[in-house]
Amino acid sequence: MSEAVLRPARVALVGNPNTGKTALFNALTGSRQKVANYAGVTVERKEGFLTTPGGRSLSVLDLPGTYSLRARSPDEAVTRDAVLGRLAGEAEPDVVVAVADATNLRLVLRLILELKAVGRPMVLALNMYDIAQRQGLRIDLDGLRAELGCPIVTTVATRRRGVRELAEQVDALIASGAVAHENVWREPSAGEIRSAHREAQRILKTYVRPPEHPDTITGKVDAVLLHPVAGLAILLALLFVMFQAVFTWAGPPADAIEAGVAWLGAQIGGLIPDGFLGGLPESLIVDGLFAGVGSVLVFLPQILVLFFFIILLEDFGYMARAAFLMDRIMGGAGLHGRAFIPLLSSFACAIPGIMAARVIDQKRDRMTTILVAPLMTCSARIPVYTLIIGAFIPDRVVGPGLNLQGLVMFGLYAAGIFSALIVSAVIRKVFWRGAVEPFLMELPTYKLPSPESVLRNLLLRAQIFLSRAGRIILPLMVLVWVVSTFPMPPEGATEPAIDYSIAGMVGQAIQPLFAPIGFNWQMVVALIPGFAAREVAVAALGTVYAVGDAEANVGALGARLAESWSLATGLSFLAWYIFAPQCAATLGVVKRETNSWGWTAVMFGYMVTLAYLASFATYHIAVALGAG
Amino acid sequence: MHDMLAAPQGDAATALTPPAQLSRLKAGDRGVIVDVRRESQHRDHGVDDAELERRLLEFGFVEGAVLEVLHEGLIGGDPIAVKLDDMRVALRRRDAADVWVRLEPK
Ligand SMILES: Nc1nc2c(ncn2[C@@H]2O[C@H](COP(=O)(O)OP(=O)(O)OP(=O)(O)O)[C@@H](O)[C@H]2O)c(=O)[nH]1
Ligand SMILES: [Mg+2]
Repeated sequence: MSEAVLRPARVALVGNPNTGKTALFNALTGSRQKVANYAGVTVERKEGFLTTPGGRSLSVLDLPGTYSLRARSPDEAVTRDAVLGRLAGEAEPDVVVAVADATNLRLVLRLILELKAVGRPMVLALNMYDIAQRQGLRIDLDGLRAELGCPIVTTVATRRRGVRELAEQVDALIASGAVAHENVWREPSAGEIRSAHREAQRILKTYVRPPEHPDTITGKVDAVLLHPVAGLAILLALLFVMFQAVFTWAGPPADAIEAGVAWLGAQIGGLIPDGFLGGLPESLIVDGLFAGVGSVLVFLPQILVLFFFIILLEDFGYMARAAFLMDRIMGGAGLHGRAFIPLLSSFACAIPGIMAARVIDQKRDRMTTILVAPLMTCSARIPVYTLIIGAFIPDRVVGPGLNLQGLVMFGLYAAGIFSALIVSAVIRKVFWRGAVEPFLMELPTYKLPSPESVLRNLLLRAQIFLSRAGRIILPLMVLVWVVSTFPMPPEGATEPAIDYSIAGMVGQAIQPLFAPIGFNWQMVVALIPGFAAREVAVAALGTVYAVGDAEANVGALGARLAESWSLATGLSFLAWYIFAPQCAATLGVVKRETNSWGWTAVMFGYMVTLAYLASFATYHIAVALGAG
Repeated sequence: MHDMLAAPQGDAATALTPPAQLSRLKAGDRGVIVDVRRESQHRDHGVDDAELERRLLEFGFVEGAVLEVLHEGLIGGDPIAVKLDDMRVALRRRDAADVWVRLEPK
């Protein structure tokens, strides 16, 4: 008894992919794990806590979705191990909550039969019950309860309906002293899967009456979105609008933030008496914080516009369709079909993208996906791209709805995608030939994104972006400011002060290495802290140029770059950022996911090499064309 | 494993159409799965045939399931999207050869 008091009862959420396990987990525990309308969103085990209405504390595990306990990919193995109590240092769950999409019960009934063989006490949550009711689906809950021998709760996870009842049922089941049966689960053979299917089909026929108004919208929308020609055209148009919008929609708010940051910097700079402590505090605040961190903050609107599109597409159910449309092209490059969603997630950030590769069964397919994921243009590149494009590419309309800057942005995204395809084709041809594993993917029914959840996700994104600025960029900018300010120039120095600082000396010492690709020493200085995260380079450029030129205004970093760089240098910098592995966190995740420093080094090496070659070619071609 | 084949197949019209491989079907074809057989002799799936069979089964490609081909990709009609009872599934033709479907006469 005392043990039960000390240790919260353990509950595991298990079910097919995309049935709302994470939505339920969030509703139960108040967490904010990612929910989206495609299979394979959750790829690792997450734990959360709650106290039931009856006062019992529960530890809840959210697990990756699976069709079978016979796990094939790393994410499914997590679910199997959690259910069977094979995870290191973890006992079996006290209660398994089987989460089912009430409108699609056939496959989950078979999984439930497998779960029954495991023998843990079980509660069935019939989720998406709102949709079931709207369709007029009739489920004989009492009959099903008796047939399966477990309590059933109907839930609408996204609206928190039935969540309290679910907690109560779990509580009641534990209180009733339900004990686990002996675990008789083993990997089913093909014959056993067949007979379980027949059993599931029988249960379905007996207790579920087909819907009176089945969903017809998904079919109609698919007729357009999956149309071989129109579908592809729409996909391309969507991507195009998305990357254009990053420029055009976000422009005005970004300008407003820029002006605000500059104004605030000037005000605060004005508050500090001139010459106070040799002007150092003023320089730290104005050059280090406002010119540095501020130059990244202005890109918040761009990031939010990008995420707005991604969140809408994910919630609507479009991701799996995009994967379908692109499958042949991906397959041609030797990528597994399931690589699409990890790669698309990498537009947001390579880290969740690389983790999402856990849904790929075979090690080689997974490794290829991981190696190319950082080539997709992540949102941290947006500040770099936007800054350079804004400074060097004229803001001109070149066609109906076509803005030249947006077009260049689209080109940079396209360059990332193409290079990912080419690199993966090379990996496939050179390092490992052989077949790609079978690829089966569920196409979820479309759902209208709810405005609250879109807004909530956007706020979460804004918060992540701002906290990165606070945790990573801010301390690094203090450091950059210190190394670009000290040591101070000797008496009677003739060169700009920054030339005598550590940054100036290091930058000038390394710069010859980068001279062939047209980088000046300020850029080299910015690249070094830029290895922590891509957008740090923008902040560092802001600080270095602000310290180097005390007269200029804060903000307007773009204008300053346009004065001091040639067009060829600007383009070369863009090319560098398509490829360069300027992100320590990504390398850390690659190390963790591949469990190998070797692969991490391979990724770093190939990306730096490509970056240097691309910049070299870009710079020299541009110079030859007279842009030097 | 062929037990479902023995199940009564309804009227004579359906019994006449010989089963066809899912990998050869076109958009609009519909019917009932009559067999999921390990027969991908010349294809290399990266997994053995027994494993492919189990994966198909776990996804619901099982004897007796009603299937309709909904969409085909642009290049070579690949991949395909099918309606499988109440769910929609996308798969590549090379992995679909083991699924045998008795088509409904049109
Ligand atoms: N209408 C409705 N939508 C729901 C409900 N529960 C979840 N959803 C939606 O269903 C989709 C899938 O939800 P998730 O919680 O991500 O599903 P999951 O089971 O965790 O998925 P995986 O992690 O991929 O296995 C999302 O688009 C949710 O908004 C519900 O009760 N009603
Ligand atoms: Mg989930």
